[in-house]
Amino acid sequence: MAEQSAAELGLYACRVCAMIARPTPAAADDSCPRCGAGLQRRAPHSVSRTWALLCAAAILYVPANLLPVMETASLFGKQQDTIMSGVIYLWASGSWPLAALVFFASIVVPAGKLILLGLLAASVQWRAQWLPYERTRLYRLVEFVGRWSMLDIYVVTLLAALVRLQSLATIKVGPGAVAFGAVVVMTMLASMAFDPRLIWDNLKDDRDPRPE
Amino acid sequence: MNPSQRMPPAVSPNAKLIACHDCDLLQREAPLPAAGAAICRRCGAVLYRSNPGSVERTLALTVAAAVLLAISNVSPIVAIESQGQRNASTLFGAVLSLWNDGLMPVAALVFMTTILIPAVELGTMIFLLASSRPPPRLLRLLLAIRPWAMVEIFMLGLLVSIQKLAHLATIIPGVALWSFGALMLVFAALTATFNVHELWRNMPRQSVVSDG
Repeated sequence: MAEQSAAELGLYACRVCAMIARPTPAAADDSCPRCGAGLQRRAPHSVSRTWALLCAAAILYVPANLLPVMETASLFGKQQDTIMSGVIYLWASGSWPLAALVFFASIVVPAGKLILLGLLAASVQWRAQWLPYERTRLYRLVEFVGRWSMLDIYVVTLLAALVRLQSLATIKVGPGAVAFGAVVVMTMLASMAFDPRLIWDNLKDDRDPRPE
Repeated sequence: MNPSQRMPPAVSPNAKLIACHDCDLLQREAPLPAAGAAICRRCGAVLYRSNPGSVERTLALTVAAAVLLAISNVSPIVAIESQGQRNASTLFGAVLSLWNDGLMPVAALVFMTTILIPAVELGTMIFLLASSRPPPRLLRLLLAIRPWAMVEIFMLGLLVSIQKLAHLATIIPGVALWSFGALMLVFAALTATFNVHELWRNMPRQSVVSDG
């Protein structure tokens, strides 16, 4: 069998249940005969949605890293921690495996997601033909690791709930956590909005199976 | 050993067509060995897996997870003790204290990802497995909310927070610490045994589509 995509044969593959369906000629708003989800050849406006969510995430990335995510009040005074200073604290206190873990989940993963998804969206927009296999794998990697950035949100939540020892120390969650949580949600939505099938559509330029 | 298997080049010409969700390549479904996975010939995505466990076993795991989730939510996770002062917190208590500190978006995010969505996910799974005619809407709901249940990430966050607090105070593990650990393991087993492809395949078509 020659390598052909469903779209090239005029078929729609449902994004939710993977059913292959033939679109009815008249209706523009087909729905999947098995699961009832909206049926489109490709995720609608995939690239522009990805860009919009990525831009929002990139803007929020600045306050997420500059504002404190944790405020500690203790006998020795007040201290404010950003995500990076939390990592440095862990490193200095000797637990370097944890420092590496938090550094990876909170700093490398969000930044990496912004860069890699931007790269993928740009490559599809410019109809790049290079390394489709590697780009698809990159997308799957981004989708898989993205959720792990929530780690720091849980850490500050638990610390703030537990460290409430009136005279000794109190920890509060800082405004940076709001921005950071928003970055995680936005980048997750951005990777969901991106349709990796577009990477492969561009390989057969003359057929032009592009979305809308 | 990697249990996955490449699609054999020649399968029955009557086999059902399947389109890869990552690259849209049309391929024919091939029968799989036990605990096998069908991999897309072009981009390497997992197309579907064979069912490693029976419906009964998956259902038992789901019920176990639901019980563990309930225990994890009503009992304290950890307590800290320092110079005669003691403070314990449940997960919901941690969400509430975030809310009261004015960090509503973060409180909502933590509540959704660790309590609400895992509960809805498990309830949906129990219904889908127990029902003789599972409604497709429910399976669509399950697929949509799945990435937002983050029990395993919360567990990791819990371990990081305990490590951070270990220098400052005595940590007294609570019941929910153990039940969360168990829940994480059961969730992992559940994700491996719950076969979405199988459920879709057994679902009847809703509307009539004229094709041959």
